[in-house]
Amino acid sequence: MTHQLTLADLAGNKKRRNRERRVKRVFVAAGFVSIAISVLIIVSLAGEAWTFISQVDLSDLWTVGWFPRRGLYDIPTLVIATTVIAGIGMLVAVPLGLGAAAYLAEYASPRARRWLKPTIEILAGIPSVVLGFWALTFISPEIVARFFSSAKPFTMMAAALGVGVLITPLVATVSEDAMRAVPIELREASYGLGADRSTTVRKVVFPAALSGIVASMILALSRAIGETMIVFMAAGAVGGALRTFNPLEPGQTMTAAVASLATGSDQVAGEGLAFQSLFFVGLLLFLITLALNSLSNRFVRKYRELY
Amino acid sequence: MSTATTRRQEATEAEVAKAIRKSGIQWRATIFHAALLLLLLTTLVILFVLLADIMINAWPTLRDRGTSFVTDGLSLNPETAGVFTGIMGSLVIAGIVVLLAFPIGLASAIYLEEYALDNRLSRFLDTTVRNLAGVPSIVYGLLGLAMFVPLVRTIGMGGATDGKNVIAAGITMSALVLPIVIITSSEAIRAVPNSIREAGYGVGATKWEVVRSHVLPSALPGILTGTVLTLARAIGETAPLLVIGVATGYFAPSGDATVFDQLTGSYTALPVVVFSWSRQTQAEFADTLAPAAIVVLLAVLFVLNGAAIWLRNRTENRW
Repeated sequence: MTHQLTLADLAGNKKRRNRERRVKRVFVAAGFVSIAISVLIIVSLAGEAWTFISQVDLSDLWTVGWFPRRGLYDIPTLVIATTVIAGIGMLVAVPLGLGAAAYLAEYASPRARRWLKPTIEILAGIPSVVLGFWALTFISPEIVARFFSSAKPFTMMAAALGVGVLITPLVATVSEDAMRAVPIELREASYGLGADRSTTVRKVVFPAALSGIVASMILALSRAIGETMIVFMAAGAVGGALRTFNPLEPGQTMTAAVASLATGSDQVAGEGLAFQSLFFVGLLLFLITLALNSLSNRFVRKYRELY
Repeated sequence: MSTATTRRQEATEAEVAKAIRKSGIQWRATIFHAALLLLLLTTLVILFVLLADIMINAWPTLRDRGTSFVTDGLSLNPETAGVFTGIMGSLVIAGIVVLLAFPIGLASAIYLEEYALDNRLSRFLDTTVRNLAGVPSIVYGLLGLAMFVPLVRTIGMGGATDGKNVIAAGITMSALVLPIVIITSSEAIRAVPNSIREAGYGVGATKWEVVRSHVLPSALPGILTGTVLTLARAIGETAPLLVIGVATGYFAPSGDATVFDQLTGSYTALPVVVFSWSRQTQAEFADTLAPAAIVVLLAVLFVLNGAAIWLRNRTENRW
């Protein structure tokens, strides 16, 4: 009975150890699935995009508009339309979202918050196809046509307003979280110096929550750029679009171009490089949103670290 | 220094008392408060108008057709067209998502939270997951078109649609929601206090035993809630389905075809039905049927989100 305890005794039986090793291997494999998917995305986009860019006649990249089935691949048309729609959408969403967030975080009573916050989250949960339908059937005739009498049934403005409604809850919830994360000591110090609530919100809370608020806006911009259904349904110009800066004209964003090519009557067989152009635009979209999201993550990390 | 001194007033007792009492309306503060309230109310009004507009347009259809609207399939005749085909498609896609994304996502989250060391590689994995969550949904559609449709073809499930069927759609949607499953599961696992784990290790359990018997059961409420919310997201997505070839027009519902034919044939999903009906030339489709389909879609999402909230409240652990 004077057996010395060695490490081997504590190691447990072999079956347990083997099972542990096998289980770990399964989890490691699962962990790397996301990297695999990233690689797949890049490979599938880059492959066809390279085919496009290497075979396309470079003069076709700067023409009157985006008409892929006729061989006119004016990328600036899509980029301009995306910028116009995302820009107007942000003009709508930033005031509404920040205002709602500031009210919820600083002025609303706990009882009001309890039903106000879920209501905003309901707005966040509405699928984009519903907003696209509403942009088409309500915003376009009731709002755009009424205020801009020259407007056509399909305009970038209608889609942009729809996009604005879509991203407002995103701005609101992330900004509200950022403002609530500001320690109460900062507010109390401000009140102690004699400031009232509006001054405190403007001069203390907003600057303190700034990185979180900026993160919310970048996230919202990225979402606005990547949004497909609203622009596809309400901005018109399905077969192709002329290059224009006028929001009261129909337009086609990068996302709508991809969707339109994919749902065309010839189901992504087009003449020439139409199929490949799909992936080129997709790659552009992927890179832009990747850059925006990385930027936003940096801001999120900054505001999370501070407190 | 000197500016402050010259601008500083003599703080007499009377002046300080007046400043503290501040009689009269504080214009700047009131306007600011009112402006914020106005912005919040505008947001709420927009939501209300949206829902009201949809409901008003949908009401005739729902009142006249009742449940037959939900049980009827696609039809060229607006009197008999229903959303059943779309519901079926969405259900199959949701089923595939639960079978694929949930286990892989959960396993991935377990790896990230329990097994991965805190080094550059695991931070890169974390960043990758976050980036994937931000990729526009239509890019996942392109991924599906380029990778998953051929995959379905090569495993012999191509069928009549040459791979552009509901199976490819399910795989694509699984890839789309995978990052969200990972993030929500990670948060649920992270919320389990370390003391629980240490207790397990303390009595000699291995890592997997601790995870299986202590961490996972404690994290399960959060994981389930996240899964339900993810399903709601997957059901509402339209753009990726458009790219991988969902049927956007009318197609004959394959009533008595084989299961294989049904799985590999044309399909549609609930949001795609909304989309396709909004484009029909017949006015009834766009004016009355599409809003009714939206109501069905919103009802499904409402039930799912409500279930998630109920789950969270019922099973929340209090540490």
